[in-house]
Amino acid sequence: MYSEKVMDHFTNPRNVGEMKDANGVGEIGSPVCGDTTRVYIKVKDNIIEDIKFKTYGCSAAIASSSMLTEMVKGKTLEEALEVTDEAVAEALDGLPPQKLHCSNMAASALHKAIEDYQNKNRKAS
Amino acid sequence: MRRVYLDHSATTPVRSEVLDAMLPFLKEDAFGNPSSIYSYGREAKKAMEEAREKVANLIGAEPEEIFFTSGGTEADNMALMGTVAANEKKGRHIITSSIEHHAILNTAQYLKKKGFKVTFLPVTKEGLVQVEDIKKAITDETVLISVMHVNNEVGTIQPIKEIGALAKEHGITFHTDAVQSVGKIPVNVDDLNADLLSISGHKIYGPKGIGCIYIRKGTKINPILFGGAQERTYRPGTENMPGIVGFGRAAELAAKELDSEMERIKSLRDKLIEGIKERIPDVQLNGDLNNRVAINANFAFSNVEGESLLLSMDMKGICASSGSACSSGSVNPSHVLLAMGIPPKLAEGSVRFTLGRDNTEEDIDYVLENLPQIVEHLRSISAF
Repeated sequence: MYSEKVMDHFTNPRNVGEMKDANGVGEIGSPVCGDTTRVYIKVKDNIIEDIKFKTYGCSAAIASSSMLTEMVKGKTLEEALEVTDEAVAEALDGLPPQKLHCSNMAASALHKAIEDYQNKNRKAS
Repeated sequence: MRRVYLDHSATTPVRSEVLDAMLPFLKEDAFGNPSSIYSYGREAKKAMEEAREKVANLIGAEPEEIFFTSGGTEADNMALMGTVAANEKKGRHIITSSIEHHAILNTAQYLKKKGFKVTFLPVTKEGLVQVEDIKKAITDETVLISVMHVNNEVGTIQPIKEIGALAKEHGITFHTDAVQSVGKIPVNVDDLNADLLSISGHKIYGPKGIGCIYIRKGTKINPILFGGAQERTYRPGTENMPGIVGFGRAAELAAKELDSEMERIKSLRDKLIEGIKERIPDVQLNGDLNNRVAINANFAFSNVEGESLLLSMDMKGICASSGSACSSGSVNPSHVLLAMGIPPKLAEGSVRFTLGRDNTEEDIDYVLENLPQIVEHLRSISAF
């Protein structure tokens, strides 16, 4: 049912946890099944220096969160914004069709976190 | 890796005694069609009638009241569709519960779409149907009451005897889906006041693809399949002989071993329940503890999603099932848990463990050793 990459990221998720000194936080919940993902980022000089996540949800939701963090760590905000939920699914060698919409939302959570960072930054400057 | 199967309410393996009984009916020796007049046919017919008697004995029925079907789903479909068809002139209202198996629920929904009135009874937070609610729901139009004997998810035992008595008093046909009760608690059609009753073979260590509907003599019901004269025209189609013979043998063994086996399993199940409560914080047992079959334990683990939990358990060789939408391929979490008033989030994090004859003390120890760290790991990832 799941690819090896999904199973790997589900079993050993990367970058799990909260971040006290995050300067951007984004959360998204699926109205369909209740899966919820929260992404924390630390941005310095327009680059995502650190990223962490917490996810309540099925194995696909946890794996896509983990994969996303690996894909965007060290990237510029512009590069990170180009990473879509579809790209995360692709990087995991695909997800079962019924999982694509309800559990694959880590990139969307990241985009919210970037928005949060930019809003805070605008006020500060 | 050790494998611990704790999903016996989903299906059970065919017992070796059952397989031995079945094999001749697949091969040269006894492959005959029981409708044939020559020796092969007569031998098959004889074996079929012996099996029918064994199934009848399991539930205190007469052999001629047992009609073999393809399983529980067909028996449930026939109970509803066949009863409303035979009672068209009397009325168009049926009563059932909101925690039935989908074989009943979706048939009732279909009838509702076709213009029948259907009452779906609520249940208590312990997962029990209340007789008072049925009393209130009965009208002059009611032709059928169908309430399951034992719920498949939380294992609660419904007050079937009382519901049956009420139906009898009002001259209403009473059906009970006994798929999850036979082999776990005593089932007697007269004690239960049942007119119709469904059983499935593969839940009692028989093969898949066989079951039966019990039809009390004199009950008005129509067939839902049409064809030859098999099963006295109530269920046409050449009989599934290996299935029928296996089902008969499984029923015979289930009747014989019921008491001793359930006592053994109950002590294992209680050990599992106590162990989980002791070792894992923030868990609750779903469903009434006392009115419950000995094989079932259903737990809600807060802040953990069921599919993740099942998959993590599977990686340790532990097989169970979940009320989570994600693991059942549906949009909503378990309709049974929701009907019991359990919040959707807790229903999503609920796991059903159902024990069986292959389980040992070591199996339960293994689960209790591994489950706490699995739950802890998933909670450490959780956004809540």
